[in-house]
Amino acid sequence: MNKVLEAAGISKAFGDKKVLENVNISLNKGEIVSLLGVSGVGKTTLFHILSGLSCPDEGKVLFNGERDITGVPGSVSYMLQKDLLLPYKKVADNVAMPLILNGMKRKDAVAKVNDLFDEFGIEGTQGMYPAELSGGMRQRAAHLRTYVASKGVALLDEPFSALDTITKKMIHKWFLDVMGKIDLSVFFITHDIDEAITLSDRIYVLGGSPGQVVKEIDLGGKMKKDFELTPEFLKVKKEVIEALEI
Amino acid sequence: MKKFQNITGKLAPVITIIVVLTAWFFLSDSEALPSFMLPGPGSVVKAFVKDFPALMQHSAVTLQEAGWGLLIGFIIAVVTAVLMDRFSFLNKALYPVLIVTQTIPSIALAPLLVLWFGFEMTPKIVLVVITTFFPITVGLLGGLQSADKDAIDLFRAMGATRWQIYRHIKFPSALSSLFSGLKIAASYSVVGAVISEWLGGFEGLGVYMTRVRKAYAFDKMFAVIVLISLISLLLMWGISLLEKVSQPWLRKGKTK
Repeated sequence: MNKVLEAAGISKAFGDKKVLENVNISLNKGEIVSLLGVSGVGKTTLFHILSGLSCPDEGKVLFNGERDITGVPGSVSYMLQKDLLLPYKKVADNVAMPLILNGMKRKDAVAKVNDLFDEFGIEGTQGMYPAELSGGMRQRAAHLRTYVASKGVALLDEPFSALDTITKKMIHKWFLDVMGKIDLSVFFITHDIDEAITLSDRIYVLGGSPGQVVKEIDLGGKMKKDFELTPEFLKVKKEVIEALEI
Repeated sequence: MKKFQNITGKLAPVITIIVVLTAWFFLSDSEALPSFMLPGPGSVVKAFVKDFPALMQHSAVTLQEAGWGLLIGFIIAVVTAVLMDRFSFLNKALYPVLIVTQTIPSIALAPLLVLWFGFEMTPKIVLVVITTFFPITVGLLGGLQSADKDAIDLFRAMGATRWQIYRHIKFPSALSSLFSGLKIAASYSVVGAVISEWLGGFEGLGVYMTRVRKAYAFDKMFAVIVLISLISLLLMWGISLLEKVSQPWLRKGKTK
């Protein structure tokens, strides 16, 4: 397995308060790995470090197994809780934004992302403003932008938490479907145990204060249709709940 | 029902104006007040028509002063607001000073400016700059600082430069508060120009106003007051139009 993203020995404190203590996590090519943990365990801080937005006190972040990207943004694409589509730009411009920021001409960038709209199931929304889209469609557009921004790796910070349950279920299905078609490895944060088990290849359970990895669960290959309706699913869920100590 | 509300919504201000005009007409007609103190609407209109060429000539001068002042004020405001947003120490250093400049009554400042810059256009433009740049600065600065922090983080994660963050996030999200500031500044600009003309000058609506006041020609006085209001309203309307045109996304949406 080749590791596309690795965080080794990450520690971080804000003032006197230690938030993360010696966290080691890695992401293999093509994997979906979730980070589960109670609120305040330092998941978002960890994502800020992985994306290069902030620097750890100790440890480093490696991209593709070799390049040290500790504290250097721009290599890993990051999607936050809100869809953060800019209301004053049309959807096509929003999606093409990462390329434009990289110096591509607006027209070329928009043309380049155009074909992806169909693959992400939002063909025809290019010329609309985000306010004209439904919540689910906006999510898809935000995912597409994240994909356009990525050089193979994306961090998703509770990407589905703002959606209602039914839309969420639909988006999960869509997400797995799209992930099968594109070349992307994903770390994602969630509070939702079911969501983590449904979507991931592996789960890191974070716990304690300062936060550290308390358990790693490998679900490799278990992802299949209606997995969430099997007894096995509940076994994994029990494992997670025990690790979370809730 | 909705349509009815719409119509009454539009009619309400019209009715108010008609009521005020009628009251004005009867009050001046009843001779409760001497006609030189409160000329009737009819004589104001007559004065307006009679002096129309002079009024237009003076308006041109005042508008020029207001326009230049507004433009220069706008440029200074944009530079100041961006610098204050970018460097927080400048923000802390300048904000109190900005507030203090607004506590100085412009009517007290105008004679000083005449003393420094003479009777030509310069002191008038300077006064307009002083009165207009504050609302624009405050509006734009507030807008820049209220830009979505998460969106900025997202753009940083995508490798955006500081300038790109201004261009794609901060400036567009500051537009509506910039326009609120601009609308206030536009109405200030005309009033500012008129005030500075009161205190010395050869042309302009303020000069005209002083002359007709000294001649006790109150009908002309009222005519010029109405004209100044009209010009301010037109300017504000123009800026509202610009606001709508420059933000087409506000008219779309919520069609879930």
